[in-house]
Amino acid sequence: MAADGNMKPAKKLSLKENYAMLTRGLDWEPTYQKKEDIFRMIDFEGIKIHDWDKWEDPFRLTMDAYWKYQGEKERKLYAIIDAFQQGNGQFNVTDARYLQALKIFLTGIVELEYASHRGFCMLGREFPGAGPRIAAQMQSIDELRHCTTQIHAISHYSKYFEGMANFPEQFDRVWYLSIPKSFFEDACTSGPFEFIVAISFAFEYVLTNLAFMPWMSGAAFNGDMSTVSFGFSAQSDEARHMTLGIEVIKFLLEQDPANVALVQKWIDKWFWRGYRLLALLATMMDYVLPKRVMSWGEAWTIYYEENGGALFADLARYGIKPPKYADVTIKEKGRVSHEMWSVFYANRDAVNFSTWLPSEEEMAWFSEKYPDTFDKYYRPRFEHWRQLEKEGKPFTCKCLPQLCQVCQWPCLYTEPDDATEFLHRETEYKGETFHFCSDGCKDIFADEPEKYVHAWLPVNQIYQGNCFLPGVDPTAPDFNPLVEALKYMGLKPGVDGGLLKDSIDAQRWEQWTSRPANIHEGAYTDFVRKTTNG
Amino acid sequence: MATTSTQPVFIAFQDNNDTRPIIDAIMADNPNAKLNEMPALVKIDCPGRLVVRRDTISELAGREFDLREIYINLISLAGEVDETDEEFVLEWKTS
Amino acid sequence: MPVKAIAPNYHGDFKDTQDKYHGQQLISLCWEKHTSFGWPMCMPVPPEMPFGGLIEKVIPHIFGDHPDFAKIQWDQVQWSTSKGPFVPDPAKSLAEHGIKHKHQIRFRTPGLDGHLGGG
Repeated sequence: MAADGNMKPAKKLSLKENYAMLTRGLDWEPTYQKKEDIFRMIDFEGIKIHDWDKWEDPFRLTMDAYWKYQGEKERKLYAIIDAFQQGNGQFNVTDARYLQALKIFLTGIVELEYASHRGFCMLGREFPGAGPRIAAQMQSIDELRHCTTQIHAISHYSKYFEGMANFPEQFDRVWYLSIPKSFFEDACTSGPFEFIVAISFAFEYVLTNLAFMPWMSGAAFNGDMSTVSFGFSAQSDEARHMTLGIEVIKFLLEQDPANVALVQKWIDKWFWRGYRLLALLATMMDYVLPKRVMSWGEAWTIYYEENGGALFADLARYGIKPPKYADVTIKEKGRVSHEMWSVFYANRDAVNFSTWLPSEEEMAWFSEKYPDTFDKYYRPRFEHWRQLEKEGKPFTCKCLPQLCQVCQWPCLYTEPDDATEFLHRETEYKGETFHFCSDGCKDIFADEPEKYVHAWLPVNQIYQGNCFLPGVDPTAPDFNPLVEALKYMGLKPGVDGGLLKDSIDAQRWEQWTSRPANIHEGAYTDFVRKTTNG
Repeated sequence: MATTSTQPVFIAFQDNNDTRPIIDAIMADNPNAKLNEMPALVKIDCPGRLVVRRDTISELAGREFDLREIYINLISLAGEVDETDEEFVLEWKTS
Repeated sequence: MPVKAIAPNYHGDFKDTQDKYHGQQLISLCWEKHTSFGWPMCMPVPPEMPFGGLIEKVIPHIFGDHPDFAKIQWDQVQWSTSKGPFVPDPAKSLAEHGIKHKHQIRFRTPGLDGHLGGG
């Protein structure tokens, strides 16, 4: 009750007023420190901001609503995870092959949520504007939530299946996981404006629909209630993050015409880096999921060409063009998953998940989904490798790859206009040769060579002798650097990589469920036959 | 004010009992919207502009609906967002 | 600009200079058109290794399993680096061919374009 005895409640604030109170209303002007001493990272990138108050908050989520709805999401998520665990949900997924996708997700993607949390913590500190600072703070909390719920949900699988227990160590050490790792390290070591254009716009707004829509729908389709639940729970935050991404772009472009060229450069760079990162996802969608919702090629058409096309048509009014080399992604969409699965198969002893060859039925699906490429370029190799497996001498790659200095993928891609030719791009900088997987990565290096010359490339480090466990003697007569490097990565033969049919996961799956470990191959062990023969 | 853009915006929700009135409301309020169903999710595409109205959802849900409740089951969206107490709008502004 | 950084003149130390390879150098080897091998192969070799050693030992070990391999006529093979084509001398070392640290050696086998078109 007010002092004058007036009982009338205060007028309820509108959403806009409420949010303005939270952001601008709680901010203050510093008095005993200079603003430029508080926000020291805001100038060096060259972005010009004249008026932070022009920032329009797209999602006006106030703190009370944030905690209320986030709490509700968590309760919902844990209700499902509990039901999943109590109902032995780990055995209700399609097969043991599906589990390999979870290993890739756990070791390659979950840590990126944490890296993103770190990045947004920095933005939540460094932006002088209260609106974007609070949005970044909320996002940093979201990303931490994603990381923890994903680890927690997948930990249940780790009680039954191999290869998931040492995921943080593998993220640091397994060669191909330097690809996702270097992606976020590149972003986190940029300035705050590049980071937010990179992650909020180029990655989250333009690209993550591919990760969380068809892929999570695929998890649901394969009976994984747990993954689809954390996936959608995370994605519901993602929608808010995406609008932060587009608001950032508009804000930067409207603040100063000089910002346009910088923003375009970052869109070009981070679209390309994000696209290269998603090659992992392309492979998971096309090759690892036992039951598929759509192909990578179809997903790229819908989410990049159609929805991304609409976005860039809208941004044209600011003078922003579609990302450089977007045409290459369209040329590659019929190839990338096949090229990638080929190298994972051929190097199956050096990865943390098991592999297999696509069955006849699966190859028929690929022929239908990829009519211009599959039968011509990839079916012959898979049929040949199938024959070699039958002969008991499965094809194995015998040498480590030349890596791209920027994205750190092996240089496994082919010429945009000729799928039969390896793509060779290199440059000489201060007398040393550097290799790239693409024109996109070569351009990124050329723009900031000093940032990439000291990239920690796993292959090169192995050959320098830096990837062995303590006590290993490289001068010993029976020293095998590749075997020792696998030990360093924490990869155990027969457990972590290899052929699925030989893996401990597959054997246990059939023993415990009496169902085939790979629905496309039929039974690997007698456990399934015993049951079906009654 | 109607936009002149016909570029597609979209909104995607989990396919569950909470979202049924939301999806029905969107389909009722946006005659050009197209419903795409996938396992566990629905994606609603619409040319140019799509509006989510609190009134319609409240009517269909049979209770007062706070528009921010859509966050719980929202999966993704495309388009510029404008949000008030009554409407959540997705729109491309350039024709 | 070599890099945009808070501190001026930021410099990154090269991580892969030749002195870190214990007397060896890195080379990449690529059998053109044979995309089923997945990638250009990277390996450390002694710079004084004769080119003949590459052809007789290294290449068969890595690529020997391919159905095209036995059909290669070595006098027909087209060799190149990013600097252009060259004709190797089996007796001369890699260094004498001007193959430096991290250089890529490509070889093309006309008529042998990958097993049934599949690389």
